[in-house]
Amino acid sequence: MLKKTALATLAAAALIPLSQAQAADYVIDTEGQHAFVQFKISHLGFSYILGSFEEFEGGFSYDPENPEASGVEMEVQVGSLNTNHAERDRHILSDDFLGADSFPTATFVSTGFEPTGEGEGLLSGELTLKGQTQAIEMPVTLMGEGDDPWGNYRAGFEGSTLLTLADYGIDMSAFPEAMHELELYVTFEGIRQ
Amino acid sequence: MWRNHRSGWGWITIAMHWISAVAIIGLFVLGWWMTDLGYYDAWYNLAPWWHRSLGMLVLGLTLARLVWRLVQPAPRVPGKRLERLAAHLGHIGLYGLMLAVMVSGYLISTAKGRGIDVFGWFEVPALISGLPDQASIAGEVHWYSALALMILAGLHALAALKHHFLDRHDVLRRMMVARSY
Repeated sequence: MLKKTALATLAAAALIPLSQAQAADYVIDTEGQHAFVQFKISHLGFSYILGSFEEFEGGFSYDPENPEASGVEMEVQVGSLNTNHAERDRHILSDDFLGADSFPTATFVSTGFEPTGEGEGLLSGELTLKGQTQAIEMPVTLMGEGDDPWGNYRAGFEGSTLLTLADYGIDMSAFPEAMHELELYVTFEGIRQ
Repeated sequence: MWRNHRSGWGWITIAMHWISAVAIIGLFVLGWWMTDLGYYDAWYNLAPWWHRSLGMLVLGLTLARLVWRLVQPAPRVPGKRLERLAAHLGHIGLYGLMLAVMVSGYLISTAKGRGIDVFGWFEVPALISGLPDQASIAGEVHWYSALALMILAGLHALAALKHHFLDRHDVLRRMMVARSY
């Protein structure tokens, strides 16, 4: 009896590292919209314009035991930009800035992840915006993970980085220095598949 | 047998009538129950998904039903002139309320431009979105028209029983079985 229990315990213990070592794939929860892609850019140095892209999808793979193997991919519909001002949105989407007709999607594909602390790391990858691809780095934070009340397992992150708009062929030279860069902020929950 | 006749309903009409009846009462109960669920309830997301999916299917069925009702003959209506008029108005009211409930429900979910996923099979696109206070107003219309529909459907059922047991008309029986001629 004791032997049997000990064996079972041993067998169970042997299984645990295996199950934890497998990187899990997550789909970004755009259905429940627990995911946001936002930006913040100076307005003439006086204040900020905040906006978001409302349509996007993506997924990531994440394994707390082996964070170096993490990866993420996202595709954003540029035309879904919203800054609460129809005419400004139209202007930002025009060829003056994002050229959404010619470049309707922006994508991010990670190339590496370097843990920098408990639940923190530096994500590197390639961002394609207005047809131009640049290598970027974004510090990211694991905000939490666990079972949700509806039968799924979730993990949520946030991260932000500064983009120099000229790198993506967006000419801001007519505007003050403060407007040449933009802060990109991304936060999402993924549902484990 | 399948088609309507001047003296009775066909199987297609009968089937659509009873499927609608069961589905609509089910949707009402489901809607009532699900709007009281707490955020941590296991059904919090799943119940509305069923409600939306089923609702869109019943909307499709109702449109098909209306077309069928208009292109097919309808059996004779028994009773006095005033009774027949009341019956007609009652039925028009039922159809009107069904459409009001389902269209307003559709307008809640699509208010921000997102389509409605139907059981993961297909998506009903958002045709009208961004109206002022669309989701809130559509929500009010949805609730009150659903309540009115349940009351009118109750009267409809009582009227059917009255015709059957008191007047000895065959209106209830002819909604149960199609006859061959």
